[in-house]
Amino acid sequence: MVQLGSRKNHLGGEMFVKLAEIRALIELVEASEISELEVAQGDEKIRIVKSSGAPPHISYTRSATDLSQAPQTVQEQPSAPEEADGHALKSPMVGTFYRSPSPDADPFVGVGDGVQIGQVLCIVEAMKLMNEIEADITGTVEAILVENGQPVEFGQPLLTIRPG
Amino acid sequence: MFDKILVANRGEIALRVIRACKEMGIGTVAVYSEADEMSLHVRLADEDVCIGPAPPDRSYNNIPAIISAAEVTGAQAIHPGYGFLAENARFAEIAEACELSFIGPTAAQIRLLGDKASAKRIMAEAGVPVVPGSEGVVESVAHAREVADQIGYPVVVKAVSGGGGRGIRYVDSSDQIARAFAVSSAEAEAVFGDGSLYLEKRVVNPRHVEVQILGDQRGGTIHLGERNCSIQRRSQKLLEEAPSPGISNEVRKAMGEAAVAGAKAVDYRNAGTIEFLLDSDGERFYFMEMNTRVQVEHPVTEMATGIDIVKEQISIAAEAPLSFGQEDVALTGHSIECRINAEDTKADFRPTPGTITYFHTPGGFGVRVDTHVYDNYQIPQYYDSMIAKLITHGDCRDEAIARMERSLEEFYIDGVPTTIPFHQAVMAHPSFRAGDYDLTFVESKLGN
Repeated sequence: MVQLGSRKNHLGGEMFVKLAEIRALIELVEASEISELEVAQGDEKIRIVKSSGAPPHISYTRSATDLSQAPQTVQEQPSAPEEADGHALKSPMVGTFYRSPSPDADPFVGVGDGVQIGQVLCIVEAMKLMNEIEADITGTVEAILVENGQPVEFGQPLLTIRPG
Repeated sequence: MFDKILVANRGEIALRVIRACKEMGIGTVAVYSEADEMSLHVRLADEDVCIGPAPPDRSYNNIPAIISAAEVTGAQAIHPGYGFLAENARFAEIAEACELSFIGPTAAQIRLLGDKASAKRIMAEAGVPVVPGSEGVVESVAHAREVADQIGYPVVVKAVSGGGGRGIRYVDSSDQIARAFAVSSAEAEAVFGDGSLYLEKRVVNPRHVEVQILGDQRGGTIHLGERNCSIQRRSQKLLEEAPSPGISNEVRKAMGEAAVAGAKAVDYRNAGTIEFLLDSDGERFYFMEMNTRVQVEHPVTEMATGIDIVKEQISIAAEAPLSFGQEDVALTGHSIECRINAEDTKADFRPTPGTITYFHTPGGFGVRVDTHVYDNYQIPQYYDSMIAKLITHGDCRDEAIARMERSLEEFYIDGVPTTIPFHQAVMAHPSFRAGDYDLTFVESKLGN
């Protein structure tokens, strides 16, 4: 899934690590005992993380000054790879994600909060309508995967909840 | 000109629109269902948004999801392709209300021409020949008999709310009318909840010949010649060619002028196609319906005229006037398109979704392949079965046919059965080669 609002890195574009090189890196990680590989040049960086059983997780970033890429760094944190622990709450629609009921209000929830099934956790705004997104399980908020005001697509994981 | 266009479709047409946008320096947004995550149009667009799960009503026909995707990506216009929401007047209306340009006609035009009865009335008033018939509903058997005597047998009794071939009865003489009327009405009532009928003259062994229209925002309306789409199976087109064989230049000219007159009568904007039924005498033609979108078979017109229809659509929507006039349009040579579907021709053309294990397309001079498919592509089961369009162009019809035969032979698709053998049979058939075929061709000549 490509980050909304960002330009994809085309074959033959400015990306210094060409597609063939990425493929070689993936094969290297897969075939070896390496669990994490990071290659950087200037302000471009590519990171490949091998999670057990699953194919390597890859992320690519430019420096943090490029705002359209900034949200992607949130997803890279090894403490919250999406396929791992918590149950992911996925967006049921395309829209803009908000953590609070209104701009000056407090967020609905924060990391570490206990939540009940049916509790409103966030809002996805679509076509000027604020849609309240409810928790589909009871548990504790583990991680919030999306930045306030970020566009989200159908099925995009918004936050993870550790059941129980 | 737009900076960014959202393509509200999938498969080969989404790719087609994205290609035109790239050539025009316009940014592209692809929308896709969960079943199309690996689709080519998604990978080649600048941005992509997943809009829903596989079923069309929750994805490609999901108006709020698509409008929302346009909003979050900052797209300024939407190209609806064909099928899905392309001829949905409400969608066009909502897009405009949200200040998104809909790349197509106005919502009012879609609505007007989508109603077959009102479309026919408008065309008749514009002097376009229409199939003679009752003016509206036939109230009784007596009324039906009266109309039939007037227009002449054979006639067709049709359900006003009908579709899919239901509620239709052919009547050859007046002694059959009472029974046809009763049976048709009962069937229509049962299936559509409306037993009202109308009557039309039956055009025997007709050919389907359609004319491509382009209209700009300033009333400039031109046609890009005709296409013959008579190779059909169960009312689905399989093969198209431009220009049409078997019609004189006088008839060709008259058809083009009639199509333009019809389009002008509604001040038609953007691309559209007027479909005619051509009588077996090759002279008389009758308006059938107008399609208010770009058609699947638009490439044969593009190859024959050199005009990029999708780019023209985008330019017109961006309020540019047509950059050329009728006198600049010329059909050169001949072009044929074969729709390659993932269907089992030995099992009644049953659609066969599955994985394409090997995909090698033909090439060379005068060959064009429009496809979204590639090696190891998985054909989803939720959408139509067309996997590629193979188009050839030649200096004359014989060369276009020879190129098509050569290309069909070169086209390797493993993993699913396709309609390639069907097209090879058509190319080899003497009636097709002679350009002497009509809508009964597939059923009668090929025995399918």
